[in-house]
Order: sequence, then C-alpha cells, then structure tokens
Amino acid sequence: MKLKGCDILIEALKKQGVETIFGYSGGAALHIFDALYKFNDAHKEDGIQFVMTRQEAGATHAADGYARVTGKAGVVLVTSGPGATNCVTGIATAQMDSIPMVVITGQVPSNLIGNDAFQETDFVGVTRPIVKHSYLVHHVEDLARVVREAFHIAETGRPGPVLIDFPKDVQIAETEWEWPETVDIRGYKPKLDGHRRQVRRAADLIMQAQRPLVYGGGGIVLGDASPEFREFVWKTQIPTTVTLMGLGALPETDPLALKMPGMHGSRAANYAFQDCDLIIAVGSRFDDRVTGKLEKFAPNAKIIHIDIDPSAISKNVHVDIPIVGHVKRVLPMLTEMVDKTDVDAWRHQCAMWKERYPFRFEPKTDVIKPQQVIEEIWDITRGDAILATDVGQHQMWAGQHYQHIEPRRWLTSGGLGTMGYGMPAALGAQLAAPDDLVVCISGDGSIMMNIQELATLATEKLNVKTVILNNNWLGMVRQWQELLYEERYSASDLHDNPDFARIADAFGVKGMRISHPDELRPALDEAFAHDGPVVMDVMVDEMENVYPMVPAGAALDEMVGGLA
Amino acid sequence: MMAAEATERRHIISVLVENQFGVLARIASLFTGKGFNIDSLTVAETLDPGLSRMTVVTHGNVAVIEQTCKQLNKLVDVVRVTDLTDEPHVEREMVLIKVNAESSHRGEIIQIVEVFRSRVVDVAPRTLTVEMTGDEGKITALVNMLRPYGVVDVVRTGKVAIGRGNHAVVRESAGDSVAAG
Repeated sequence: MKLKGCDILIEALKKQGVETIFGYSGGAALHIFDALYKFNDAHKEDGIQFVMTRQEAGATHAADGYARVTGKAGVVLVTSGPGATNCVTGIATAQMDSIPMVVITGQVPSNLIGNDAFQETDFVGVTRPIVKHSYLVHHVEDLARVVREAFHIAETGRPGPVLIDFPKDVQIAETEWEWPETVDIRGYKPKLDGHRRQVRRAADLIMQAQRPLVYGGGGIVLGDASPEFREFVWKTQIPTTVTLMGLGALPETDPLALKMPGMHGSRAANYAFQDCDLIIAVGSRFDDRVTGKLEKFAPNAKIIHIDIDPSAISKNVHVDIPIVGHVKRVLPMLTEMVDKTDVDAWRHQCAMWKERYPFRFEPKTDVIKPQQVIEEIWDITRGDAILATDVGQHQMWAGQHYQHIEPRRWLTSGGLGTMGYGMPAALGAQLAAPDDLVVCISGDGSIMMNIQELATLATEKLNVKTVILNNNWLGMVRQWQELLYEERYSASDLHDNPDFARIADAFGVKGMRISHPDELRPALDEAFAHDGPVVMDVMVDEMENVYPMVPAGAALDEMVGGLA
Repeated sequence: MMAAEATERRHIISVLVENQFGVLARIASLFTGKGFNIDSLTVAETLDPGLSRMTVVTHGNVAVIEQTCKQLNKLVDVVRVTDLTDEPHVEREMVLIKVNAESSHRGEIIQIVEVFRSRVVDVAPRTLTVEMTGDEGKITALVNMLRPYGVVDVVRTGKVAIGRGNHAVVRESAGDSVAAG
C-alpha cells in the first residue's frame, strides 16, 4: 500500500510499540501532526497518545523520565529551527546518562536546506556531538528502515538518543509502506557476552582479594540487571557502593550497601575505595565526581571492569581485567564461578565505617532542615515512590537521605547536571506509571527553569507532587562560594523568588507553603493524599550545606564535614 | 603508566566507513570534540561503492590512541577500525610542487626530479610543477632540495596505507581486541 511519509512515520511508530509521544507542534511538522490526528481518529482504542508540553525542553525531559521508568525509548516530536534547538539540553542530558530516546524533528523542505530558510537549522549538525546517532531522511523509501534502526540503536548496547530529521517534502512524498522485520547495521553490533577466559580471571582475582569492593553504576539499571547484580553481591558478600546513577540496583537497607560514593558520597564508600585491594566495577564509568583526584584514587586496588561500552574501559583509570559485555549476561557467568568471600575483617571494617559515619543533620525546632524533608518523604513512602530531582543541593540530599530500594524509581540528571530536568521528568514518569506516587524534589532555582510544565501537569491531570526545598539561594553555588570564594555570593541570591504556591494555583495546581517543622509531616500527608498535582513550597534553613564533601582536587579520603 | 606507554607516537589508522551523507563530518567532529589530533586524513570510495576508506594519521600516547580507536568504533557508520602502525604495511603520499624555474636553473631541477623518480606534470614560462609519490621522508627530502629555487606552492594528499601480505585487514579493530582480552 502506498502511503505518504508522514503516515509511514506514524505507522512505523505504532509497529515499534510506541504508546506515548511528547512534543510541540509547528510549521515544518504540520504534516506529521495531521497524520497523527488521522491515525488516532481511525484507531479510537489503540491510538498513540500525544502529550503536548509547553516548551520543547519539557518534552525531551518528559520523554527521558518516561524512558527511565519503562526502559523503552522515549519519543519526542517537534518542529524545525527553534523547536529543535530547544531540545538540545534534553538530548545532551539523555546522552550523558545513556537514556534511550528517539527525537523526530520536522525540517524545512529539501530544496530549501542550506538556504537560511524560515525556521531552518542544521540540526543534524547541531546535535552531532550529543547523540548516539542521527539521520536526515532524504528519501521516503528509507523512512521505515530509519525508524526501525533508530529505535534499535537507541535501546540496545549503551543506550542513547537518536535523531531523525525529517524534511517537509519527504513527509508528503509517497512510497510503498513496508515494515522491515529485522535490523542489520554492519557498523553496529554491540557485544553482549563477556569473554569466558576474562570472566574466569576476574573470578580468581575476586576469590584472592582481601579487601574487595563492588562499585555498581547506572549500567545495571539501564541493563535491567539488578536481580543478577544482587545475586552476585549476596553470594560473594562483598561490600558494595552504588553510584548516583545506579541507586536502587541494591537496596540501600542491605547490610552490605555503603550508599553512594564520590564528592557528596558517604564516608564509608569513599574510605572503602581508598582502602580496598580490588574494585569490581559493574556498569559504572569512574566519573570525576566519583573518583576525586584521579592520581590518588584507590591507590592499592586492582580493577575489574564490566561494561557494554569498550570506550568506557580504561578511559579514566587503568583496568586490569576488562570484560566487554552486557551486565545481565556477564554477571550470572561470574556469579557461578565465585563463592562467599573469606573477608570477615574487611566486611567488619566497612560496617564500622557505615555505622560511624551515616549521613546526618541536626534537626531544629524553629526551622525546617532540608534533609528532614527527604527523610520524612522516605518515612511516608518507604522507598515506594518514584523520585525525580532537579540539580543542586536538594539533589544530593535526596541521593543521601532517601533509602533507594528498587531500580528505575530514581530519575536524576547525573552526567549533564541539568537544572529544570526534574518536573518534566516526573511528568513523563507519571505517564509511564500512572498508579505510582511520583515525587519531584526540586529547588527554588531549578524549578523556575521549566515551570511552564505545570500547565501540562494540570491539562493531563497528572498527580505529580513537586516539593521545592526553598532556601532562596542557588544553594550549591552559594555553598561553594561560602567555602571556596570567601563568602562572595556572586549571582546566587534568589531572595526575590516569586510565591511558588500562588504560581501553582494560577496553573490550576494545588499550591502549599510550609515554613515550620511542625507543619511538615501533616502537609506531606495531605499533599500525597490529594487527588491531583501539588506544589509544596517548603521554606528550609538557608545556610545548610551538603556534607560530607570532597573538595575539588582532593582525594576521596580527604573529605570534609558530616561528622558528629 | 610505563614511560613507553606515556610517549607520544605517530599512528596510521585505517577506517572503513559507510559511504553516506555526513560521515566525514561525524569523524572530524569526533576528533575535535574529544581533543584527538588529526595530522592528515584521506577518504575515497572502496571496491564496494557502499563503503569508503579513510586513512587517518594521528599522534598520541598508548591510552589516547586506544581511546581514539574505541571512539571511532563506537560510531554507527564506522564498520571497522585498523591501527596499521605496528603491522607490516605500505604507506604512500602524493605531492604536487610548483617551483620557480628560470631557464638558467631548469636543467638542475629536472635532474633532481629524475633522481627522486618523480616527474614534471606542468611546464610554464617561469615555473615547473612536479609530481611525486612516496613516503613522508622522501617527500620532505624533495621539497627541501627544491626549496633553494623558490617553491611557490606545495599540495600534499595526506597518507594512504595498506597492509602487506595476503589479508585485506591486518587485525581486528581495537574494540574487539579489548573484548577478546
């Protein structure tokens, strides 16, 4: 059957199993939006839901949140030019955190490309360094294959965002509609099975180690390998730290869990890195926020590194035993070759650090401590909520003071550190998990960056609970200025913040403002019970800092603060 | 890291890529984005019109070159990466040199051209244009010999290279060799 390009795109998305698209309309995408309308008109029961955010950045973050919860590629549909460029931050966020995403942008007609046409941007060029792959569809005959390949590339191997730039004339060019059942890209064959001899060597090293440490990362979550990861940790009984991106891979209530490592990580995890004689890195990438000063990182440790991306191995640190493969396939092989490790003294040492140096804060009777808000949310939800965060102090407190129990329930921009990510990501998460409690922890700086998405929450009747830890500062910036710039608070004062509760009201979202510790628990209970979205503006202690902290350029065991 | 591993070396890397829109930009963008060096780069179609061969000359220490090969491999349009540096291989570059050649010097210049087994491809009243193919050392030597006469312009192609012996690709790409441990 002959179809137009725009209709083939929608049919292909349906074939691909897409249920929800996030985006924003515009000139160069009108054919596609018309095709979507007609498709949904003809498929009343099984159409494709379109969620119109109020700015394209919101659409990309929402698709990202949707992808993190479901494991499937989030889909974005926007127009050319400014519609596309507004997606740049969201695409870069997904790329840095390896989130599967397919972004479809309208493009000016082929004959106008390069002419500085109205709303024209070379978007393949703009996004080249921040996508896993990209396509400019020149011929309608290629379209179905391009869609098939785009999803395959986005979702397999080390996942990431893929762009399909779709010129307006190709949208109405006709060709035979045929769905390619298989994909074969000769330059793209992710290696899934670990090399058996390497895994054997790793097993031997693990059984010989006196002070082994498991260092798990986001790859475990992305690879849906938490069960296999837990089995490995529980069988070997090796102390384990899981990064900001991997939170939930191992329940943090587990005795072996040392909480997250790094700049604002736990003393237990950081001391363990510096003292261990073997690191078993699983789907993690030795990021600078984790390692501290590289030259002083884990001075006594040999390193085993399991990762699906060969380029992640030996990039920052020298790896003794590289294993390229999918963690879900490599871990069971490794688990079978090992036993419980005979390292009681080391386990005891780690447990002592953990007990002695928990994340702590001092509650006050007259002012709310930000950490207290996180701990109350934990107390109410017991790890059952999906948490999205923005970026800054509140993000670190949410990482530290919540007990992360399950994977795919913690959405945070770890790599790019994108302020404005949280609320739209929570929106996407709520669509993916309509029956779950979705809480967005934000700050008074971050929330303003995509506050327009309150309109989307109201329109779509999404129950997201946004909790703003409001200290009237760009808190993390202020903290660095206090500690490193002799209290010169340059461009970080936000005392002229608007009234967020009233803003929420104006959007048709329930707004609340909480200032006293006694109000906190009842207000949270009320917000979580409310049938509809809520914005809680929680006024917290202005000058509270995130501790412990590894100063830039210091080794992990030179961390400051966080002691009783 | 061992001293030898930290030393920067010149590497010649052969990259088989899909012959399609934007591939060259992707490779160039990767090198600038990651801060890798390109000393020279050539590209042309292979026997299979769907594939192109790029020959990249770069330099860096062992870790940098390993990352370069891995990052190239990671590109979807890259089919195979082969570091020819430590494999038996032949490498060649072509140069066109336009040199001042007043009639008084013309004979000397043509003698030099013959000694280098290069040839004159264009004659004009005041200049000669010389073509030569060879390795880097030979080309540099010819340019140096002609310099005293006044070299007006030099155009070099950048290097192409091929493995010696029977096999078309000397060794598997860097990414695979890590996998194989």
